[in-house]
Parts: sequence; C-alpha cells; structure tokens
Amino acid sequence: MTALDPTKIRREFPALSQTVNGQPLVYLDSAATSQKPRAVLSTLEHYYQHDNANVHRGIHELSRRATIAFEEARAKVAAWINAPEADELVWTRGTTEGINLVATAWGLDNVGEGDEILISTLEHHSNIIPWQLLARRTGAQIRYLEIDEQGRLILDDLGSLLSGRTKVVALGHVSNALGTVNPIKQIASAAHEVGALVVIDGAQGAVHTEVDVQDLGVDCYAFSGHKMCGPTGIGALWARKDLLEAMSPYQGGGEMIHFVGRDESTWAKVPHKFEAGTPNIAGAIGMGAAVDFLLEVGMEAIVAHERDLLLYALDQVGSIPGIRIYGPESVDEHSAVVSFTLGDAHPHDISTILDSEGIAVRAGHHCAQLVMKHFGVAATARASFYLYNTTDDVDRLVEGLETVRGIFG
Amino acid sequence: METPQLNSLYQQLILEHYRNPRNKAEMAEKSVEIHMANPVCGDEIRLQLRIEDDHIVEAKFVGQGCSISQAAISMMTQKLQGASLSDADALAEQFTALMHGDEEAAKDKALGDLRALQGVSKFPVRIKCALIGFDALQEALKKHSSEGPH
Repeated sequence: MTALDPTKIRREFPALSQTVNGQPLVYLDSAATSQKPRAVLSTLEHYYQHDNANVHRGIHELSRRATIAFEEARAKVAAWINAPEADELVWTRGTTEGINLVATAWGLDNVGEGDEILISTLEHHSNIIPWQLLARRTGAQIRYLEIDEQGRLILDDLGSLLSGRTKVVALGHVSNALGTVNPIKQIASAAHEVGALVVIDGAQGAVHTEVDVQDLGVDCYAFSGHKMCGPTGIGALWARKDLLEAMSPYQGGGEMIHFVGRDESTWAKVPHKFEAGTPNIAGAIGMGAAVDFLLEVGMEAIVAHERDLLLYALDQVGSIPGIRIYGPESVDEHSAVVSFTLGDAHPHDISTILDSEGIAVRAGHHCAQLVMKHFGVAATARASFYLYNTTDDVDRLVEGLETVRGIFG
Repeated sequence: METPQLNSLYQQLILEHYRNPRNKAEMAEKSVEIHMANPVCGDEIRLQLRIEDDHIVEAKFVGQGCSISQAAISMMTQKLQGASLSDADALAEQFTALMHGDEEAAKDKALGDLRALQGVSKFPVRIKCALIGFDALQEALKKHSSEGPH
C-alpha cells in the first residue's frame, strides 16, 4: 500500500482551493456530500460534449457510445462493492431511492399484518421512513435495536428481537451522525437464521470501508455517488439476482418493459426492470469515474488516512474544555466523523462562528432525530473527514472552536 | 462580499437572554398557543398568549434552539406584555423589516432590546432563527382574529 499524499490529492479537487470569508476553506462536511475531483468533472463534460444520447434505444453511434459508457460504469460500481454480477446493480437517484425501492417493491409483496421490521435508533431518516410507510400500508410492526452510551448497537438484544415474524432487518453500515461502524456480517448471519431479508443503508459504508457484499452476507446494499466523489442524483442498489428477479417493478415506464399489451405487459430483465424512464446517464458515468479515481488512490490508503485523521481529531478536539464527543471511543468502531457539542453553545452558533473562519461543518440533527433523542440533545455539530482532509484542517477546527469558547465561554 | 463581523452577531445582550430567557414557562390559562419548528435545525418553540380586550395580557414561551432564536423570542415576549394586538402586529412587521436590512427599522427605539439582533441581518442563513418567535406571533394573531372576539 502506498500512503496517501493529501497535498497531491487536494490539487485534484478544484473546490478546495478557495477562500471563504477571507480564509482558506476547510471543508469538514463530506458526510453530507463530498467534493468532486477533476477526473469526475471532466468525464461529465466529455460525456455531454461528445457522447450525449439516450441509452439502450438508438441504433446510431452516439447512442452506442453512451450505452457502452453507461454499462461500463455499472460494472465498475458493482465491482466497488464486490457484487457477483454487474446485472445485480440497479441505478437509483441515491441511497434513499434504493431503500424505498426495496421497501416498496419487495415489501408490499412480502410483508403483512403481524410481521415485524427490525431497524435501529441509529438510523438516518432514509432508513426509517420507508419502513414506517411500509408498516402503515401493511399493518406490520417496526421494532428497534437500541444503542448504548457510545452510540453502538446493543447486540445482546438481537436474539430477543429476532423471531419468525421478522421479515426484514434494515440497518446502516456506518452511522452518518456518530460514525459508528456496525458489525453487519454478524447481524446478517443472525437475521438469516430467522429467514429475514437483510437490507443495508451503505450511504457512508461504501465511502469509508472496503465493502464486500458477498463477505458481509447481506441481501441488499444501497449507496450514493455524491458521497464518494461522484455527482449528485445518482446512486446504486445492489441486491441478490434471484431477489431482483422475484421482485415486482418499482416504477413503470419506458426502458423497464419487454412487451406492452393493452392490459398486460412483461418486464425487461434485471436490472432494467427497475430503471423506468431515461436514467441519469451522465451521473452513472460520473459515478464510474469516481470509482476509477478512488481505486487509483487506493481504498486501503484512504481508510488508513481517515483513521489517522480521526485519531488526531478525537485527541485534539477531545482535549478542548467543555467539549462532549458522541460516538464510539474506539476507532475500530468509529468512522471519519466527529460529532460534538461545546458547553452551552448551540451547534448552529458553533457552525456560524466556524463558517466565519472559512470552516464548513454540519450542525443539526443530521437526519437522525432518534440518535439525538437518545443522547438528550436537539442537535450536534459534526466535522466529517475524507481523503482530501489534513491534520492542518483539524488544527484550524480546533482554533475555530477556541473562538467559540471566547464568545460563549 | 464583505465578511460579516461575528461581534455584531453575538452581542452580550443576546447571550444574556440566551442564558436567562425571560417569560420562559408554561402558561396555565392561555387564549392561544402556536407551535413553530424549524425541522432543518431542530429549533422548536411554543408561544402562548393570554389575550383580553384586544390586549396581550401575558406572553410566555417554551422550547429550545440556538442563541439567536431563543434571545429573539425572549426579547419579543418582554415587548408583548400589555401590548395591544395592533401594536404586537406592528412590532412583528418592524422586526421582520429589521431582519431584512431595513435601515429605518434599525433606528426605531420601539424595538427596544430587539435592536441588538440587527447584526443577524448580515447572516442570511440565520435570519429564520431570529424570526421563529415572530412567525409564531403572527400566526397567533391570525388564529385569534379568525376565532373572533370572545
């Protein structure tokens, strides 16, 4: 493994070399969305300038090129999570759409009254609401795996929560709010013993860990392009081939049909059965380019870099008087996120003060209101790191937090 | 764009109201109550008014949020005690104008402590924090008038 050189990496991200409020930008909000490297930006531009055409429709040259690039991107993104086949990867708008697809297309046919859906209080709203909607439509019950004082799933409860009634277990791989890395392999194995489907929200997991869906032993894995250097509005859902083949379509329209009759129609093969309408072609190709970029840097190097940064940040931020950090203490269970509060300064005020020094962090409930409730806070401030962040960024954050203390101290 | 100054935002008076909010308590006999939340940031308040003879006899609030939202609503409730409904409405309009950078509103002594919040107008993403209490007030006045005089 070649260690990552953040100075070299940063040159690939044009958005990072700007000043904000008179100071060089420190971007610590990658858990919300990552910045984009030149390789992705130029791929998008090239596509629109040379190959722009609809896919799977035309006989002409541009359509042929667009289709090839689109399907090559599918293969790259499928390989990113070690999917057995590229055809098991369905393009979506993002993680949220992937989870809604499973909750609707699979859920409505397979979940009924008296059945149970197991999720956790650690979830992003995108892995709560689709299941609440399904429960409301089917009469199923939602049950929760709770978290402990470090924001880790309480696995001891798993045995009593899982039963023959459990139809689906849906969990985040890595928490966006706290950075908790969940032991998915262990949970998936227990869920399968009772015959439940295992659906993973991989919005952060596919970015910060080396994902192998076969090794994890899950049934579905949804993730987004924009958090891993790709464009917004594109993501992917991987699911086992037999599952996708058995599932009803999600949306109807062009592209997803095989033959259309007046009353009955037949569906295109997987994955196109789930891709009604003209897809986000540029987005898919851009997400493929993001995978190429990340592979060139090396996922092992990215993981190691983030771990070093997290250790440094937990130490530096953690030693500020009045700071409270939420999430696992061990970096083995903690991804590149530092979620914190500082004295009685509201996270929104923290964020405004940091912004005035050019430092971008997220403040709020991070779409995880159940997590906030668990810790008895309305909001936290969150600094999140990615391959382009440096220890200098952490130092600037610490300086900014000293300004917060100066005002609120 | 000129960098707005932090010290214009976080004045001592604002921090003082944030730490010692006035009229922050549940009201037993209220004429009208409005719940107002900002789901983006989690600010959440309930404004409670007791109205008699077209006057606000008592104004209280409960809730939580950032220093700007909590200070603004604390200062607002101070101004509302005993105010006529039309004065309350005028106050809401004047403060909203202040938040949108109206220079004349900034000179209006009738705003009292609320003038300390003038700096918020330079921080566009925070204006809605300062306005959450007044948005609730305007809703409350609308609700009261639609329900008719008692």
